[in-house]
Amino acid sequence: MNPVFYILAVLTLAGGLAAILLRSLVHSVLAVTAAFAGLALVFLQLDAQFAGFAQILIYIGAVAILIVFAVLLTRSSELPKSGVFSNTWIVGLVIAAGVFAVLGWAVLESMSAVPQQAAVPAVTVHDIGNALMGRYVLPLEIVALLLTAATIGAVIVAMHEKEGPK
Amino acid sequence: MTGFATPLANYLLLAALLFAIGLAGALTRRNAIMVLIGIELMLNAANLNLIAFWRYGPHPEALTGMMFAIFSIAVAAAEAAVGLGLVIAIYRHTNTTDLDKMNRMKG
Repeated sequence: MNPVFYILAVLTLAGGLAAILLRSLVHSVLAVTAAFAGLALVFLQLDAQFAGFAQILIYIGAVAILIVFAVLLTRSSELPKSGVFSNTWIVGLVIAAGVFAVLGWAVLESMSAVPQQAAVPAVTVHDIGNALMGRYVLPLEIVALLLTAATIGAVIVAMHEKEGPK
Repeated sequence: MTGFATPLANYLLLAALLFAIGLAGALTRRNAIMVLIGIELMLNAANLNLIAFWRYGPHPEALTGMMFAIFSIAVAAAEAAVGLGLVIAIYRHTNTTDLDKMNRMKG
């Protein structure tokens, strides 16, 4: 296992941890953007170039910006007086630790069953485009319809009500 | 994280840890936007699993895991747009994004 993976893993996990621990929401969005970037680099390291660049374009370019807009529109950047963690945070922490314990146990127990080592797959963006236009054309169309519906739905849901802004 | 024999297990453990972090964020924070950030982290962890299994699976040329990850990214983007639109709509209605204060179903 090369050291690049460990550097990227530490970057991703530090970004994720900082995102959920930082009090200011703007800082959280910055940290989660670092986590998205680290994950995009992990995808690149896994020889999934297309997924890596799609991750950069969609998550860093669109989702992070969208979250920043939502933070600013809802004035969530001001720190609440009652604290940033929920009243039942300990339950959430226990559930998350339990889920991680189960997942980690499953991975470590099935170590002999998972594939050991594989050659670098010779898959180019050309092949992905051919697959998207050939075998996966129906899911592609459905995703296109879903994205259109979601965009229109998001605009309608967030639109001003008729009495105007409060 | 100590070194394990198989690279795939390392990626799977990274994904599991990221999923747990996202779940902890979604369950412990008060702000609705932070819950959405936690959900995004969990979706990303699932994508990492899909890509890792595609990379180390027996038939990477079939592109199954890669396609699954790409469609999952697209659906996650739609989910983020609708989720944040809902948060903004609720904020306009109740003037708060604190989930502990959103405790009635009547508008």
